Amino acid sequence: MSTTTFGRAPGASSEPSYLTSENTVVSWLFTRDHKRIALLFFASITFFFFVGGAAATLMRMNLATPQGLLQPSLYNRMFTMHGIIMVWFFLIPSIPTTFGNFFIPMMIGAHDLAFPRVNLLSWYVFNLSGLVVLYALVMGGADTGWTFYTPLSTVYANGYVFAAAMAVFINGFSSIMTALNFVVTIHRLRAPGMTWMRLPLFVWAIYAVSVVMLTATPVLAMDTFLLAVERFIGIGLFDPRHGGDPLLWQHMFWFYSHPAVYIMILPAMGVVSEIIPCYARRPVFGYAGMTTALMSIAILSFFVWAHHMFVAGISLYSSIFFSLATFFVAVPSAIKVFNWTVSLHKGRIVFDAPMLYALGFVLLFTMGGVTGLMLATLAIDVHVHGTYFVVAHFHYIMVGATVSAFFGALHYWWPKMTGRLYPEMWARFAAILTYVGFNLTFFPQFVLGYLGMPRRSYAYPEDWQSWNLLSSAGASILAVAYFLPLLYLGWSLFWERKADANPWRATGLEWITSSPPPKHNFERTPIVQLGPYSYDPENDTFVTQEGTQDAT
Amino acid sequence: MYHWIPFWPDAAAVNAVVVNNLYVAELGLSAVIMSTVVIMMLSFCIRYRRGSAASRANLVEETWHFEAAWTAATLGVFLILFVWGAAIYLWLFRPPPADEEVYVIGKQWMWKVEHPGGQREIDALHVPVDKIIRLVMSSEDVIHSFFVPAFRIKHDVVPGTLETIWFKATKTGVFRLECTQYCGLQHATMHGQVVVMTAPEYARWLAEQGVHESLAAQGADLFRAHGCSGCHGENSTVHAPSLRGLYGTLVHLQDGSVRVADDAYLRDCILNPRSFTVAGYPPVMPDFSGQLGEDELMKLIAYIKSLRRDQELGQ
Repeated sequence: MSTTTFGRAPGASSEPSYLTSENTVVSWLFTRDHKRIALLFFASITFFFFVGGAAATLMRMNLATPQGLLQPSLYNRMFTMHGIIMVWFFLIPSIPTTFGNFFIPMMIGAHDLAFPRVNLLSWYVFNLSGLVVLYALVMGGADTGWTFYTPLSTVYANGYVFAAAMAVFINGFSSIMTALNFVVTIHRLRAPGMTWMRLPLFVWAIYAVSVVMLTATPVLAMDTFLLAVERFIGIGLFDPRHGGDPLLWQHMFWFYSHPAVYIMILPAMGVVSEIIPCYARRPVFGYAGMTTALMSIAILSFFVWAHHMFVAGISLYSSIFFSLATFFVAVPSAIKVFNWTVSLHKGRIVFDAPMLYALGFVLLFTMGGVTGLMLATLAIDVHVHGTYFVVAHFHYIMVGATVSAFFGALHYWWPKMTGRLYPEMWARFAAILTYVGFNLTFFPQFVLGYLGMPRRSYAYPEDWQSWNLLSSAGASILAVAYFLPLLYLGWSLFWERKADANPWRATGLEWITSSPPPKHNFERTPIVQLGPYSYDPENDTFVTQEGTQDAT
Repeated sequence: MYHWIPFWPDAAAVNAVVVNNLYVAELGLSAVIMSTVVIMMLSFCIRYRRGSAASRANLVEETWHFEAAWTAATLGVFLILFVWGAAIYLWLFRPPPADEEVYVIGKQWMWKVEHPGGQREIDALHVPVDKIIRLVMSSEDVIHSFFVPAFRIKHDVVPGTLETIWFKATKTGVFRLECTQYCGLQHATMHGQVVVMTAPEYARWLAEQGVHESLAAQGADLFRAHGCSGCHGENSTVHAPSLRGLYGTLVHLQDGSVRVADDAYLRDCILNPRSFTVAGYPPVMPDFSGQLGEDELMKLIAYIKSLRRDQELGQ
């Protein structure tokens, strides 16, 4: 591998990097630099990932034996907190707030996001909501499940339901601010020559997800507000004794929370679409198709919410409509899987850690996808709804796929963010361990679900112990796989080799500037000549978007 | 049936067989999709790994007809699954005429069952084999979900409405009954068993439960006790709609809409009569919400259902 220096590159400069330009606590807490804010977010969500993971560990420990080890109330509070924290405090913000914040401006050739102060405020609001949820957790937690189904949550549940709902309410504002910032930035701050059809797919993905966030999250704010009003005053919106409808909550909740699933997976798709071409050393197959698929998933995601309610007692014909719409949203997802796979054809494939995570993503996402088809099929959903089959399915998508992509992104962009490489063998080991641990944890849950094991149960019949034991064993492997990067990436900050500007020989604009980047990203605004992924596997060369040609 | 490691639940009802066939077909299709992706990925990864001598000339670029064909094929397969699943769903949730009707009430954290003859049980449901059993279900508090894995049937039991499902068991035996909607602290303990018996065994079981007043008779007592008979009774001078032969007929309401007088309609009328005023009658009936428990409602409905054309109304 040649170590070309980019003499002409606009960003390669002798300026101090964004990490070292100022180094006081105050300069971090009041920074308006999107890169520093990205790191602040990274610290916050990593913290919540391990809090949510601790709850998951307790649950899997409990389920290793049929009668359970924990008190029922503790178990119920653990799965509620696991859901709330993982969904709103890790999965939804994870990729957009860290890698989106860091790389969206760099990938489009901008010096910062459109509203740097709003960006910082978003982090403070996020942490405020985090404090509220930790308050709820420490004071005893809530036991409604993350879905807050009424009238359980409004009339019957004890615990800190109000605080948990308020945390979600406040958290939404952070989401909205981040999304707004991305939409405006992508519309207004693209460098000369960076047309829409030259945007890297990660930028497209973040754009799609921002549109969904902006339109769906206000509904969540209304939901949680009404829940709070109902719980305190009992105006009867969701209470049949006062003429209300318990299903109204489910409609309103899923109107946000189904698109939320796509809020989690779209950025992950973007990450994988960056990684696969880079390590296959060839252009992504069907760029236009990929962008169309992203945007159609974003739009269609709003028309499928009631597929969570096929056995709830909604009209049979509306079930049929929502089943059909769900099959439609699966089509663009299938297109993406196909395109990623074909993107390997005639490549010159390197199996570095980010690539292993990306290939793992495609397999786990496909598995989540085919089981999603089963859930979309009305008659099958009747049987598996509310069982571990559903738990397994959404973990394959939301955890298997999204978290794999998150770790892929972390490894892919780590040298750019920190200026350091990482121990490759350890990283590959962690990637493979993640895949093995994940399948061992969640595959048995499909079987358990079809056997009829209800979700959210702390106890189960003895017949089912073998599968549960397997799942719990897998979870401990998965815990190691998720914890490992914390160690070797931390180690790399101090003892690993320094990375050059473009260690993976990638084509995006973020790679033409030094690692770590200077405070204002580029010395002068780059002028974009080409679309992304101009890799030529035949000659083993590539051309950056700024037009610099090089051998790999 | 006990396996050391169970893979598959029993299929003990006609409903189960139909759903199971669809599941097996979809499992097969999933295996095909999954293995296609895996085989393509593995073969490309091996053939085109860095350092292999395979030719990379003539890279396939975007070909819209290729993508369009792939998309159309996917959509076609999905539509077949959709139609198949939807057809069975309609069949599952439209109860045919029942041989036997049983009332089920969900309550934190138990299933209360009432048979038409007045026999009651908790966390158990005894039914005869090879008969169409219709369940009328409601909840006293939060949302529960009635689930029998071996029958592949499930329905949420939502407070404020009546839901009906049906099944026809094909095997005798004992099958698990679950609650699959999280319903609070002891959700995990809210399960029971469905005992499927031969017809003579079932008759014997009913008899062993002792002599009970039938649900309809208990309903008749409530009908008098709550003063319903004052207006709806035979000798009443108040102008109230007749309840004789009402069940299953079409009712024209004051607001112009038409409802079928099914279980859910009767329940709505008792609790919230002003919203369901029958055309041509004054809206004078008091509302009974908050005054009647779910089991009392079930009994009243059972009584109203039992009223045939030629039958005398309770006085």
